[in-house]
Amino acid sequence: MDQRDASVPTISRISPFRASATTFGALIGSGFRRYATYRQATIAGTFTNIVFGFLRCYVLLAVAEEAVGQRPAGYDAGQLALYVWVGQGLLSVIGIWGWTELADRIRSGDIAADLLRPIAPVTGFLAADLGRALHAMMTRFGPPLLAGAVFFPLHTPARWQTVPLFAVSVILAVIICFGCRYVVNATAYWLQDARGPITLWTLGSGVLGGLYFPLRLFPQEVAVALWVATPLPSLLQTPLDVIAERDGPALQAGLVALQAVWAVVVLALAGLVQRRAERRLVVQGG
Amino acid sequence: MIKMQDLQKHFTVRVKAGRLRRKKRTVAAVDGVNLTIERGEMVGYIGPNGAGKSTTLKMLTGVLTPSAGEVSVCGLAPVPQRTKLALRIGVVFGQRSQLWWDLPLHESFELLRHIYRVPAAEHAARLRRCRSLLDLDEFLDTPVRQLSLGQRMRGELTAALLHGPEVLFLDEPTIGLDVVSKQAVRAFLAELGATGDVTLVLTTHDLADIERLCERLVVIDHGRVVHDGSIEALHARYGSRRSLVADLEQPLPADFALPGTVLTAVTANGHRVTFSLESTTAAAAVAGLVAAVPVRDLSLLEPDIEDVVARLYTSP
Amino acid sequence: MGDLRAYAALGTAQLRSATSYRTSFLVELFGNMGATVFDVVTVLVLFRATPAVGGFSLREAVLIVGLSSAGFALADLTIGNVDRLKSYVRAGTLDAVLVRPLPALPQLLLMDLPVRKALRVVFGFVVLGLAVAANDIDWTPGRVLLMALTPIAAAAFFGSIFVISASLAFWWVDSGELGSAFTYGGRDFTSYPISVYGGWFRGLFAYALGFGFVAYQPALALLGRPDPLGLPAWSGYLSPLVALGAAALAAVVWRTGIRHYRSTGS
Repeated sequence: MDQRDASVPTISRISPFRASATTFGALIGSGFRRYATYRQATIAGTFTNIVFGFLRCYVLLAVAEEAVGQRPAGYDAGQLALYVWVGQGLLSVIGIWGWTELADRIRSGDIAADLLRPIAPVTGFLAADLGRALHAMMTRFGPPLLAGAVFFPLHTPARWQTVPLFAVSVILAVIICFGCRYVVNATAYWLQDARGPITLWTLGSGVLGGLYFPLRLFPQEVAVALWVATPLPSLLQTPLDVIAERDGPALQAGLVALQAVWAVVVLALAGLVQRRAERRLVVQGG
Repeated sequence: MIKMQDLQKHFTVRVKAGRLRRKKRTVAAVDGVNLTIERGEMVGYIGPNGAGKSTTLKMLTGVLTPSAGEVSVCGLAPVPQRTKLALRIGVVFGQRSQLWWDLPLHESFELLRHIYRVPAAEHAARLRRCRSLLDLDEFLDTPVRQLSLGQRMRGELTAALLHGPEVLFLDEPTIGLDVVSKQAVRAFLAELGATGDVTLVLTTHDLADIERLCERLVVIDHGRVVHDGSIEALHARYGSRRSLVADLEQPLPADFALPGTVLTAVTANGHRVTFSLESTTAAAAVAGLVAAVPVRDLSLLEPDIEDVVARLYTSP
Repeated sequence: MGDLRAYAALGTAQLRSATSYRTSFLVELFGNMGATVFDVVTVLVLFRATPAVGGFSLREAVLIVGLSSAGFALADLTIGNVDRLKSYVRAGTLDAVLVRPLPALPQLLLMDLPVRKALRVVFGFVVLGLAVAANDIDWTPGRVLLMALTPIAAAAFFGSIFVISASLAFWWVDSGELGSAFTYGGRDFTSYPISVYGGWFRGLFAYALGFGFVAYQPALALLGRPDPLGLPAWSGYLSPLVALGAAALAAVVWRTGIRHYRSTGS
C-alpha cells in the first residue's frame, strides 16, 4: 500500500517518448484490425485490381511492341509489366481513393470528439492510416503481383539496394498520400461540403500519380515539373520506377530523397491546416 | 382486408465452421403465421427483437417475397402486384425515410402527389387535415435533413396518408421520439383509427402505443404467433392480476390474511402493502382491509402489460 | 402518361437537391468531365511513344475511344448510379422505394440522377465528332445508320452491365468494387483496339461478355477495315443486337435479384 501511495505523484516511469510511441503503435493496430474485418470486400477489390492489371498491361505492352526501339519512355517490356502489376498491388496500399472519413466527421460534427483526445488529430489519423496500409500490404499487394508473374514476363530487380529502397519509398508514399488526403478532406472545415475538392483529388492523383501510364511518357520538361512542383508523382510513379529500375542508382536514390522532402512538407501542411481550422472553430465557438 | 395463411420466410445464413469454411444454415424468420385482419381494425404486432415482426410487415407490403404460404392485402398479392398495392396502402418505416433529404418538407408532399397520382383537391384536403392535427406549419419549408426526429416522423405520417390508403402499416412509429412527440403521434393515430376507414397495423417496442391504440394484440415469437386477442385476454391467459396498494397507519398484524388475495409486497417499514387480487373483487378486498386496519391511502393498479409480455418472452 | 409525370417530378426534385450545394456541384460537374478528358489524353500520350497500337493508327484509335466514351458517358449519366444499390441495400433505403407505386429501377435512377456527369456526355460526343471528321469514311446508308446507332447501342450495353453488376448486391452485399471490374473495366477494354489484348483475356471480354461489339467491331465496319482477328465485315452491324441481348439479360437478373432481396435490419 505504501509503495502505491508513494508512486502516485510521479506521472510515469516510462519516458514520454516511449509512452507516445506505445499509443501510436496501439492506434496503428486498431487501424489494422478495422480493415481486417472487411474480408469479402478485400477479396472483391483484389479481383478488380487484377482485371485492371490485365487491361493496363496489355495496352502498355502493345505500345512497347510498336514503339521505336521497343522501349517507350525508356522502359522495356518486362519493366512495363512490373510497373503495371506492382502498381495494381500498391494502389490500395497507398490508398489514393475513397477516404472521406475526416470530411464526414467534420460535416457531422463528430470531429469535436477527436479534438478532445490527448493526441493530435493528424497523428491519430496517420497512425490509423498506417495500420490500414499495413493490412493492405499483407493482403492486397501480393495477389496482383502473383497474377502478373504468372501471365507476363516481369523484370527482376538486379541491384541489391532496389528492394530496400522500394520499401522505404512505399512507406514515404503512404505518408505523402495520407497528408494530401488529409488536406483535401480538411477543406470541409471551410467549405460546407468537401465533395468538390475530393473529386479533383481523385481525378488528379490517378493520372498525375502515374497510375494510368508512366509519367515519363509526357515530354521531359512536363514530367520534371510535376515531380518537383507537386507531390503527386511521389505517390506511385517513384516507388514503381524504383522497383522497375528505370533509372541509374543515383537518380533512383535521388527520387526517394525527393519523396522524403515531400513527406515532410505535406505533413507540415496538414498540421498547419489543422491548427488553423481549430483556431477558427474556437473563434466561431462551433 | 389482410389475410395470411401459413406465411413463411426463410433466410440462409452462413455460419463459421472452422477458419475458412462456412456452413449454410436456414433460419425461419417467419414460421407459419395465420392471421386475418378485418377492415377498420387496429392491430398491434409485438414481439422481441428478431421475432419476425418487420419481416412479416415487409411481406405484407411487397418488399420481401415469402418463402411459402399465402398472403393477400386489399385482395392483392403483394409481390406480383406491388405497384398496384402501393396505391392502396401507406407505410411508415420508423428508421427509413420516405422523404427527400435535401428538399423542404412540402416539396416532398408535392412529389408524392405526382408519384401516387392524387387529384390536387383531394391531396390539398388531406394535407390541410394533417397540417392542423400534426402541427406541421412551423417546419413545412424546412429541408428534411434539418428536422428533428419528432418533426420528421410527423412528416412521414403525413406522407404515408396523402394518397388516402386503406391500410396503414407502421413499423416502430414512435422509436426514438421524445415524450411529447410520442403523444402527438399516438393521439393522431387514435383519431385516425376512430374514423373506422383505415385499417392499422403497427409493430412497436413501446407497449404504451398498444395500450393507447389497439384493441387487438398479436404477439409473435420465433416466427410464430403466440397470442392473438385483446389485451384483457392476454392478462387472463397469463394470469396477470390487478393489485391493491395501501398505505397503512401501522404495520399489519403478522397473521393477517385478506380472503381471495395474496400479499405480494411489504415496504416502508410495513406501512405500505401490495395485494394481488386473485379471486375477489376490488370492492370486497378494500372493504376487508379497511375493516381490519386503519388505512391512510389506497390505490388500484392495472396489470402491467410490459410484465406480461416480458414473462411471455422469457418462458420457454 | 401518369407515370411519365411522376418520373419527371422525381427527376426535377433530384436536380434541385443536387444544385442546393452550388459550388460543390460546379466543381463536380467539371471534375467529372475531367475524367473523360483524361481517358482521351491517355490515348494521345500513349501514341506519343509509338506510331501504332495493336496495328491501328492514332486516327483510327480515336474513333474507337470516341465511340466507347460517348456510349459509356451516356450510360453512366442515365444508369450508372445504379451502382449505389449496395449502399441502398445495406441502409435499407430500398424498402422505401419498394413501397411506392412505381417500378423500382427507374425510381432508383431518378432518385439520384447524377446531373454532375452531364458534361461527360458532351465531351464524349465531341471526341466522337472529331474522330469521324479525322477519318476518311466512305459513307453508305448502312454506315450512316450504324454511326447513329452505335453510341446508343454502346450506352444500352454499358447500362446493362451497370445493372447486372449492381444486382450482385442482392446476393452479395459486400461485393465492394467487384462491379467496377466490368463497368469501368469494360470502358477501358473498349477504349483500345481489341487486338492489343492477349489470348483468353480477349476471348472472355470481347466475345464471351460482348465488349468487342461496343466500339471495336463497329469502328472496323465504319472504316471499312478487315478485322485482323478474322471476324467477317458484317459483324460490326451486330452491335445493336448484342446490346439488346445484354439488356434482356439485365432485366432478368434485376427481376430475379429483387425477388431475392432480403431487407436488412428492423
